Formats: sequence, C-alpha cells, structure tokens
Amino acid sequence: MMATLWAILASTIRLAVPYTLAGLGGTYSERAGVVNIGLEGQMLSGAFAAVAVTNILGSAWLGLLAAIGVGMLLGLIHGVVCISCKADQIVSGLAIIIFSAGITVFCSWLLFDKTQIKAIATLKVPLLHEMDFFKAFFSQIPPLVFVTVLIVLVSHVLLFKTVIGLRLRAVGEYPKAADTLGVNVYRMRYLAVVISGGLAGMGGAYLSLEHAHYFVKGISAGRGFIGLAAMIFGKWTPLGTAGAGLLFGFGEAVKPYLPKVVPSQFIDMVPYLLTIFVLASAIGRATPPASVGIPYSKE
Amino acid sequence: MGKASRSLLLMVAVLVLALGFAVQAGAEAKLKVGLVFDVGGRGDQSFNDSAYRGLKWAEKHGVTHSEIEPGADADRETGLRMIAGQGYDLVIGVGFLFTDAIKAVADEFPETKFAIVDGFIPDKPNVSSLLFTEHDGSFLVGIIAAMKAQELGKNTVGFVGGMDVPLIHKFEAGYKAGVQYVDANLKILSDYAGTTPSAFADPVKGKELALAQVDKGAAVLYHAAGLTGAGVYEAAKERKTFVIGVDSNQNHLGHIKDTGENFGLTSMLKQVDVAVYLTIKDLIDGKFTPGVRSFGLKDTVEVDGKVYNGVYYAMDEYNKDLVSADMIKAVTAAEKKIVSGEIKVPEK
Repeated sequence: MMATLWAILASTIRLAVPYTLAGLGGTYSERAGVVNIGLEGQMLSGAFAAVAVTNILGSAWLGLLAAIGVGMLLGLIHGVVCISCKADQIVSGLAIIIFSAGITVFCSWLLFDKTQIKAIATLKVPLLHEMDFFKAFFSQIPPLVFVTVLIVLVSHVLLFKTVIGLRLRAVGEYPKAADTLGVNVYRMRYLAVVISGGLAGMGGAYLSLEHAHYFVKGISAGRGFIGLAAMIFGKWTPLGTAGAGLLFGFGEAVKPYLPKVVPSQFIDMVPYLLTIFVLASAIGRATPPASVGIPYSKE
Repeated sequence: MGKASRSLLLMVAVLVLALGFAVQAGAEAKLKVGLVFDVGGRGDQSFNDSAYRGLKWAEKHGVTHSEIEPGADADRETGLRMIAGQGYDLVIGVGFLFTDAIKAVADEFPETKFAIVDGFIPDKPNVSSLLFTEHDGSFLVGIIAAMKAQELGKNTVGFVGGMDVPLIHKFEAGYKAGVQYVDANLKILSDYAGTTPSAFADPVKGKELALAQVDKGAAVLYHAAGLTGAGVYEAAKERKTFVIGVDSNQNHLGHIKDTGENFGLTSMLKQVDVAVYLTIKDLIDGKFTPGVRSFGLKDTVEVDGKVYNGVYYAMDEYNKDLVSADMIKAVTAAEKKIVSGEIKVPEK
C-alpha cells in the first residue's frame, strides 16, 4: 500500500514538472501582456537541443543550457514579431509550433540520421550521484524537479514581492499607465517572453534528457498546451500553476492504478474540462491580465 | 505579329511541351514509388523503418522512390495527393491513419495504384490493403512472456499500447491469449498511452505507464506503441525488467552497455518490409491485385535468400540466452497449431 502511494506520488511529481515549467513560462509572458502559445514549440525545440548538444558535446548540463538557450531564442523571435512588429500573438505562437515540429525532425536527420535519438548522458549531480541513496532517489525524483520547485518559489517572490515584478505585471494590465510612469514597456515584455521561452525549453530538456532519455519526433505531445491550461487553472500565479501542474500530473499518474471502469478518454479530458470550468467561472474566478494579447504602441 | 503567326507560335509551343513530356516519360520507364510515413516517421527503428526497408529492397529492380513525412494530421491527404499528382505509379500510405485519406485520393487518381499498410479498404479497384495477423504473432510472444514470468516466479505480465484503437487491441488480445494459453492464472496488466496519434510518439508517458506496471509486479512488458515504446524500454532497463518489442527487431534496445545485461526478451516481428516489397514486385510483374491481402504466420516470403513470415518473433544474439529451449519448443508447437487452425487466436 505504502509502496503504491509512493509510486503514484513520484509519478505525479515527474509528470507535473513539464506542465509546471510550461505553465510558468505562460505566466511570465501573459502577466506582461503577451500570449505565448508557442510554448509547445519552444518545449519541443528545447527537447531536441538538449539531446543534440548532449550527444555532440558529451555533457548533459551543456545540453540543458542549450535547451534553455534555444527556448529563449524562440521567445525572443516571438517578442520581435509581437512586441516590435505588433503582429498577431496567436499567429506568431502557432508559427513557432509549426516551425519547431519541422526543424527538429530536419535536424535529427541532418545530425543523427534518425528521429529517435538516445541521450548518451543524463543530468548527474556531482558528488550526490556517487552515493547509492541519492542515485536511487534521483531515479524516482530526478534533480530537475528540485530546480523546478526553486524556480516556482523564486518566480512567486519575483512577480509579487519585487519592483521588477510589479512593473512586469503593470505592463500586462495597463501599459499606458506604466509607460507614463517611466516603465519601459517593450523592455519588460521582451524580458517576459524570453524568460517564458527559456522555461519552456527547460521543460523540453526535462522531457528528453531527464525523463525519457530519448528525443523522438513530437515528444512534447501537447504538454505546452496543458501548461497553458495549468496557468489558467492556477490563475496566472506561479504557486497556482504549480498546483495545477501537480493536479494534472496526478490525473495521469493515477490512471494505471484505477479500475478500468471509466473510459480513459474521460480521464484525458480532465485538464481541459477543469480549465473550461475555471474560465467559465464555475470554480472560482479567473481573470487574465487586462492587456493580454494587445500589442502596445507608444504614442 | 499577325493572328496566324501567333497561333502558329502557340502550336509550336504546345508541340515542344508535348514532346518534352514524351521524352521525359520515355526516359523514366522505371517504376516510381512514393511512400508517405506514419506518425513516428522514418528513423523510428520500428514500424516506419520497416516499410522503408521494403522500399530499399525494391531498388534492385530499378525502382525509383521518394518519401514524405507528414507534419500534422491534415498533411496526410495533402502528401498523398501531392505524390500521386507527380505521376507516381504506386503510392503507399504507411499506417491505418491513412485509411480515409487514401479512400479520398484513390478516386481522384484512378490510374495510380495505392497501397495501405494496416488499413482496410476492400472495394477500390486501385487500392491494395496490406493487413497482418498481429494477434497470431502477439500470441507467440505472449507464450514467451508467460514462461519467462513463471521462470522468475512472478505472476504478472504487462502490455503497453500506443493509441487506444482496434488495431492495437489486436496485439493486446493475441498477447493475452498467448499468456493465458501457458497459464490461465497469470495476471495481465494493460494500459494505453492515449487516444490521439501522438500516443505513438510519447516516450515520457510510455515510461510512466511501464514503471507503474513494474511497480504492480509485472515481470515482462510487451509494447505496441511505436516511439512511445522507447520509454517502455528505458523503464524496463531502469527496473531490470524484461521487455518485448514490436514491428521491427528491437531486442538491441534492451541492451545495457555498461553492464552488458540484456532485457530485450524478444520482439514481435510484423514484416511490413516484406509486404511493401511484395506489392512493388507484383506491380513490376504486372500482377498488382486490389483488395485485401493478409500476411500471417503461414505466409512465408523469400527475399534475397532469406525466408520471412508475415508475423513472427525475433531471435538474435541479444536474446539467445534469455529465451530457453523450452520456450522455443512451446512457441513452435503453438505456431503449428495456429497454422493448422487448431488454435484460433482472438482479435479483440
């Protein structure tokens, strides 16, 4: 019994990480007023970059950095298109998703001659990984989980307890007022989308490098979108997003342990149904930042 | 320029164009085959790679070919139409997901021959459906799984499916029947990765499902999940549990380099390569037959001096020490009974 509970808990945590990271990415971006549905693509590109760099340079930590870097780069592109060029944010996000789906397969072929690439190394914590206890523990709860927890806490403080967080939220609520008070709206929004992309890229690295030890075509499998759902369910707050991520992860983790009475299709629907309920104000109220999705023009 | 000279010019232009096409057609008397891949795409070390292998075998008959890998669901029909529109003689859709797309496109190009792997399109004059008796092959690996579990003193085995669809239920049903043929008391766990095509390309989910099954006591896992299966192999290696691959020979995926251990118990071979090769060969020989064609245990085909069954189980240097002589004996006996009709393996 205890073993089963522990197994479900560990699985929940493992599955929650990508949702939480993507959801956090969405939170940063939308809090600053930019919709980033490209998270799915940033995650996929990050997943590829992680394994590709790891296999070429032989270091998983460099792979992780590369994934974050690629995510940030795609975030920056999203920023240029949506913030500077004021294009439609949904269209730009969609373009990032389609671009990522193509470029990852193309590069897989180019560099490795296959679309199922085994990572030659995994993230190992120096010293700790030498000890048997931690080795066994990390095989259940991988190191990036702790990094994710840290990021959630830091994000909460950053967004709600610091000046920079206040400014970031201000440009998402009422950019004109923020501008009048001397906040550089463009710079804040760029900062937010770049962080957003970096977090999604890290989520991708977690999927390929840390969890599956493989990159395969389309490995993100919609997790970027579930991340967005977690963000909405978590009411655009880091702690709420992490909670929603855990809830969605739990739904997935518990599935193999449930009797096969309820068709699995219904359980798969849960994250989306919950999101719709929240959006329809059935469970509490979810109010997005007032200026989300609207490009800002300086007069 | 007068009206007459203008129409003369036009006529010359048309003639030149027509000649150009004729010359081109003459130079390419060779058979042109187009292949459109399924979800996992080429390089999956499984289903799609098997189809590609069949295409490569056909090269020695002077076949030229090209392949398309659709990015999204809607691209399947577009890909087929594009390749058929370029005057290919044979267009092959790899996977049941192509069923609707081929139905639509086959009518638009009546001169082009189509083939679909795993799809059931019995009533089009230019479509050949290539089906396999996966349940029979799964029955055989089910026997091996059950005997391995007994050998280890365990009473549970597992099955991880990709997309929850009738095709994959066939694998599950055959496997269950095979396991219970050995010992009706064995418990069989079964989980599916999802209900959309991405369920065939989600190793993260595959790994989680496999870990859950191992935690529930499964001694052997069998996956029919495409790229999702990579995660099943990772879980199996982490927890030192045996795993059975699918479609192509995946035994090597269960090999751990550092320790030299092998956990790839066997693989259920589904010889898509043979089916693709035969379809091309038949077209070259002018024997292309529309309708449904089934590849099973008793359908043996010789390609390059090697005999293949439509479905079978894989033995190689990775699993020769894992599969005992008794298991081989039991499987061979069951194989004979299936071929003779004494055992009828359920399909669902």
